[in-house]
Amino acid sequence: MDLSLSDEQRDIMRMTREFTDARIAPRAREWDREHSIPPEVFAELGGLGLWGVCVPEEYGGAGADYLSFIIVLEELSRGDAGLGVTVAVNTSLATLPILDFGTEAQKREWVPRLAGGEVIGAYALTEPGAGSDAASITTTARRDGDGYRLNGAKQFVTNAGIAGVFIVMARTGEAGGGSKGITAFIVDATTEGFTLGREEEKLGINSSSTRGLTFDDAWVPDSAVLGSEGDGFGIAMATLDGGRIGIAAQAVGIAQAAMETAVAYSKDRWQFGHPIAEFQAVRFKLADMDRDIDAARLLTYRAAWLKMMGRPVTAAGAKAKLFASEMARRHTAEAVQVLGGYGYTKEFPAERFYRDAKITEIYEGTSEVQRIVISRELLGG
Amino acid sequence: MEIVVCVKQVVDTEAEKKLLAPDWRLDRQSVENVLNPYDEYAVEEAVRLKEAHGGEVTVLCMGPEDAQSAVRKALAMGADRALMVTDPALAGSDTQGTALALSGALAGLTYDLVILGIMSTDAQTGQLPSALGDILDLPVLTALNMMKFEDGSLTVHRQTDQGYVAYGCGLPAVCSVVKGINEPRYPSLKGIMGAKKKPLETKDLAELGVDTARVGGAGALTKVLSTTAPPPRKAGQKIEDDGTAAQRIVEFLAGEKII
Ligand SMILES: Cc1cc2nc3c(=O)[nH]c(=O)nc-3n(C[C@H](O)[C@H](O)[C@H](O)COP(=O)(O)OP(=O)(O)OC[C@H]3O[C@@H](n4cnc5c(N)ncnc54)[C@H](O)[C@@H]3O)c2cc1C
Ligand SMILES: Cc1cc2nc3c(=O)[nH]c(=O)nc-3n(C[C@H](O)[C@H](O)[C@H](O)COP(=O)(O)OP(=O)(O)OC[C@H]3O[C@@H](n4cnc5c(N)ncnc54)[C@H](O)[C@@H]3O)c2cc1C
Repeated sequence: MDLSLSDEQRDIMRMTREFTDARIAPRAREWDREHSIPPEVFAELGGLGLWGVCVPEEYGGAGADYLSFIIVLEELSRGDAGLGVTVAVNTSLATLPILDFGTEAQKREWVPRLAGGEVIGAYALTEPGAGSDAASITTTARRDGDGYRLNGAKQFVTNAGIAGVFIVMARTGEAGGGSKGITAFIVDATTEGFTLGREEEKLGINSSSTRGLTFDDAWVPDSAVLGSEGDGFGIAMATLDGGRIGIAAQAVGIAQAAMETAVAYSKDRWQFGHPIAEFQAVRFKLADMDRDIDAARLLTYRAAWLKMMGRPVTAAGAKAKLFASEMARRHTAEAVQVLGGYGYTKEFPAERFYRDAKITEIYEGTSEVQRIVISRELLGG
Repeated sequence: MEIVVCVKQVVDTEAEKKLLAPDWRLDRQSVENVLNPYDEYAVEEAVRLKEAHGGEVTVLCMGPEDAQSAVRKALAMGADRALMVTDPALAGSDTQGTALALSGALAGLTYDLVILGIMSTDAQTGQLPSALGDILDLPVLTALNMMKFEDGSLTVHRQTDQGYVAYGCGLPAVCSVVKGINEPRYPSLKGIMGAKKKPLETKDLAELGVDTARVGGAGALTKVLSTTAPPPRKAGQKIEDDGTAAQRIVEFLAGEKII
């Protein structure tokens, strides 16, 4: 067993951290307030290769390994969790499924632009009536000529407002067919009959876009089918297996940022004639944070490593995400506590970390769903 | 235009110490030891000159094997190849010893321009550019905040308190650059991934034909006796505003002969 990072992984971590400290973290508060990230930041990420970290060079990516991608997500999320999920969804949920399941033509058409940030990708599985029970989706795709007509609505699509392409799961089989008869499509944002809903008003990750989609007789050609007809549910689940590792990294990044804020504050803030960092009640909170962040990071790295080795990651990814997200929610709350009243104000970033952390327990499968996945692996059934 | 950039690996004094998962060791490789921040400007300037005029950029670094991480960063930023001078006999070299070793390495390289940082952030002598120019018997232009190459000659601006002085010279030349001459790029992921594939040679003093008697602690003409931290700053004076604060601050500043 060798737990050390490679030179490339360390160099990528260091560069992303320096970039985040200089260009992301100082502006995160403004993006949280403005509910958007300026497009020039996306271009900057493109120049650095951060949209396609683990995408092979032949498809316009940086050609780094999957763990490097996970490290990048942690570092970006440490600066701004909204930017973190924007990149996570683009790569994990849009680019990688095209690479894993797409035809050569689909890869050539979309991946270089997704990896360069010229086009941003999104993933649309959830519907107003189908969340955790994703197999109950009702958006339909009916055969029409050399393609399909899509009808229905999608809910809570990350990146929707900025995306040029969507991976959309729709039912090509019979209504009520459950996980069977679902097909994945690569849908161009300019498709006629495809419209966006309004921006959701959220608790956190405000810099990221979350909107619904409506399909009203939207026609897509056969060449838009990802994988084979009927394989969509499997593709959607396999995609989320990897995606969860990225969300675990996002949670670790948020918690790391919260801990750094709490540590710095505790050394500066004096009460009763001492820096509050000298009070054991405060020190122990920080020690617990450090311990749990390490544990979460290790689970996350392990899941990433398993994925790199081509080994099964369903349960390992679920464990990483479950542990990291609950840890982040708990410790960002503790970070606010360490800052006292100041932690509750927007003068300090602790309250943002607290609001941002909560979503990691919900998207790409709620914590309850992760427990279902883990217990199924443990107990069968 | 062939350019050599001299870079040093330094201890990062500003960085917060961080324990790195998964091995919980002090993050020496990525935080403690870094490419001398001033050298990033030198690397950036060299890469920009190369991008404008063609040729190659060679990174030259004297240091232990571990200094490779600083060299890798320069390569990731766009330099083409690297030469490391690594030899146990170099430990404890003073600036003249360092300059001698670097000049020995330069003897085996083709170059029109040697660019250095204004100084290292650890020892901070700022002597190397001059010492190197002296040994090589080349023009030395230091503290530059602008470099332009046109019609075979170099025009530069040397920063002063009042503004700048413009100088010109033929090539080859030795230059040092200041912070602000450019904004160093972040190495892109492609750059980072490509850095390992670029040629990196390591040579010892015998290979360079440098006399070991004149370098290292034994050959040093100067010696660092000790280093002392500055005395702790005196507690500041707090002025509560009762309407006369501005007046009292002015008096204080006048008393300190600041205004
Ligand atoms: C900001 C944001 C971004 C999102 N981005 C995307 C995206 O890009 N693409 C996409 O497709 N979706 C996205 N989602 C949707 C997200 O994945 C779902 O919200 C999530 O899967 C939960 O579904 P739901 O909201 O319908 O909750 P429900 O499924 O209605 O769950 C409600 C509660 O019931 C619990 N529950 C449900 N079933 C069970 C069960 N069998 N056993 C125990 N408990 C159960 C849940 O855990 C939860 O606590 C996003 C959501 C948000 C808020
Ligand atoms: C606290 C302390 C004080 C010292 N004071 C003196 C002193 O007064 N006189 C003296 O002779 N020695 C001194 N030394 C030794 C000195 O550190 C070494 O000679 C060192 O190798 C070069 O000096 P510098 O770091 O000051 O370089 P500087 O002259 O400050 O560096 C200028 C530029 O030279 C280049 N450069 C520097 N080092 C290297 C390298 N190893 N490889 C490639 N390029 C390089 C970089 O581009 C750098 O930006 C001191 C050392 C210490 C630790």
